[in-house]
Amino acid sequence: MSRKLFSFHGGVKPAYNKEASLTEPIGIAPLPAEFVIPLHQSVGGPPHALVKAGQQVKKGQLIGGPDGNVSSAVHASTSGIVKAVEPRLMPHTSGLSALCVVIEPDGKDEWIEHAPIPWRSMSPGEVRDALRDAGVVGLGGAVFPSHLKVNPGKQGHLDTLVINGAECEPFITCDDMQMRERSEGIIKGAAILRDLTQAGQVLIGVEDNKPDAIAAMRATVERLKAERIEIVAVPTRYPAGGAKQLIRVLTGIEVPHGRRSTDYGVQCFNTGTAHAIHDALELGQPMISRIVTVAGNVERPRNFEVRFGTPMKDVVALCGAKPDTDRIIMGGPMMGYRMPDDSVPVVKATNCILVGSKALFPPPPPEMPCIRCGECAKACPSDLQPFEMYWFSRAKLFGKAQEYHLFDCIECGCCAYVCGSHIPLVDYFRFAKSEIWARENEKAAADGARERYEFRLAREERDKAEKAAKLAAKAAETKAKLAAAGNAEDEKNKNLIADAVARAEAQKATTSEGKPRAD
Amino acid sequence: MLSALLVMALGAVVLGAALGFAAVKFRVEGDPLVEKIDSILPQTQCGQCGFPGCRPYAEAIAKGDADINQCPPGGDEGVRKLADLLGREFKPLSGEHGIEKPKSTAVIDENTCIGCTLCLQACPVDAIVGAAKQMHTVIAAQCTGCELCLEPCPVDCISMQPIAESVENWKWKYPVFELARGSA
Repeated sequence: MSRKLFSFHGGVKPAYNKEASLTEPIGIAPLPAEFVIPLHQSVGGPPHALVKAGQQVKKGQLIGGPDGNVSSAVHASTSGIVKAVEPRLMPHTSGLSALCVVIEPDGKDEWIEHAPIPWRSMSPGEVRDALRDAGVVGLGGAVFPSHLKVNPGKQGHLDTLVINGAECEPFITCDDMQMRERSEGIIKGAAILRDLTQAGQVLIGVEDNKPDAIAAMRATVERLKAERIEIVAVPTRYPAGGAKQLIRVLTGIEVPHGRRSTDYGVQCFNTGTAHAIHDALELGQPMISRIVTVAGNVERPRNFEVRFGTPMKDVVALCGAKPDTDRIIMGGPMMGYRMPDDSVPVVKATNCILVGSKALFPPPPPEMPCIRCGECAKACPSDLQPFEMYWFSRAKLFGKAQEYHLFDCIECGCCAYVCGSHIPLVDYFRFAKSEIWARENEKAAADGARERYEFRLAREERDKAEKAAKLAAKAAETKAKLAAAGNAEDEKNKNLIADAVARAEAQKATTSEGKPRAD
Repeated sequence: MLSALLVMALGAVVLGAALGFAAVKFRVEGDPLVEKIDSILPQTQCGQCGFPGCRPYAEAIAKGDADINQCPPGGDEGVRKLADLLGREFKPLSGEHGIEKPKSTAVIDENTCIGCTLCLQACPVDAIVGAAKQMHTVIAAQCTGCELCLEPCPVDCISMQPIAESVENWKWKYPVFELARGSA
């Protein structure tokens, strides 16, 4: 039975360099001397610290509470004592620091009490909350909180659930090794996702350069008698592991600009995420580790299960970095980010620690002018026109770049890979994207300020009017009172005058009677 | 002859009525140019331009009473946008209205604050919370950095602090490549 597969536009075939790290089974990285666990490891709001320095924590204890719904929890990777909650260097290109929980392991590695989550008897909302509190985020590299994706969409059920085991990026083999060794968790996780999203079918896409993984996964599906789950070998072409690209290959659906795949009844999860969802719901274990490939300029490339917060240099040391090592890249050679230092911790997004040297990744030749050959447009898997976007990003005409759908760019690096002029196209696109985001934030802040200023003016106006009305009322009252008082006075005076006149009259009369006139 | 006059007169009446109706029915509230200028201004409401707020300045620009380079918080980029909108030449910020400073927010030293509410009254965007004889504080996310609260404070407990670069607001830099040694 062979399934009809589709194709996506563009793509490249770089040297895969995957064999070296596939020779040994997944190792377990030992506990480091200290864990540095960044609180902000996923897309969304930064979680708030729930522990203080000096506090005893257990493995799996919540140390970072999610900030709202678009956020994900963070847990202690082992038992020990919190040494500090302070800014530490982040695994981020910027070389900036952010709030981290520093834990000194006590060596007991003692779990906090945990129990399987009865997800079958829970409402979808409760399951989503449980996943958020277990810190489950997408392990493919984008670290998008998974609970937001466990959603059957508008029509109430998914047609197809895609599980992404393509792993198209060179050097990276963590999903491959996990599928070979731990396929049961992945298939069970896929089955959970199938039931949660009421998916009609589950397609697990694996690139056909991983025959061992495909065989292991198929055997497990047979053994578990998992229904409606199929392992599909997809042609090896970078970036087949992009969510939209894999959906296109497996279902033929092309998700248009500005729409979500769930609008078309499709959702996509990484194999590692499926495994983590299984662990979170069936075992009640929050996400505290992941499988990380260590490859590149090392003596013994290998995959390790690494707890989050382990310094990268500790993991690299297990593989023996060669002496000419000059850089650490998180991710692969196409999409990875250069780390500021080898002391930065492994986080949820760390699928690969790629050790580099000048010999392995020679510096690119100088950038030459764009000759508009159009090779980049041919290679772009998102059907964009990188040479146009490059031109506008370079000239800082961001509005124009957006008109060419800059934000549909997945930063896969195919354009830069094929560019005959060695233009670092993705660098320009990242620059333009972050400038546009910053401007949008600024604009939103200015609009908010204008609204509040106008409200303030209106309020001042209203206060003034109210005050004036109050004063006028008071003045009228005083006037009335005065008038009333004045009337009484007048009456009194009139009476007095009348009395005086009467008295004078009376006196006049008596005098004129008793006293004869003088003349 | 008479019929021609009648036709013309009728035409004039009908068209006049239609235009009059349209003028009332489709009346544009306010000046659209002022709106456009106002949307470029940074809305700090700081008054450095010499007008009591961003909107009055926008109105003055639209009328031609003010130049486009009087807004220091908008910076050179703001002037450039105004120049683009109005089809004028770019000119650097005029020094007399102040200089462009890094974006900052006001911070109240809560140990010194006496709760006089003077800064509350000065804040044009209601970004300070507090009450009489209660400690005040600035809502950092809503502070536009206009500095209007500094002057009224009788105990000088408000200071401006530049917004630090963090992992969240960090921006990718404009790509540059090293020139080969010797050629530069």
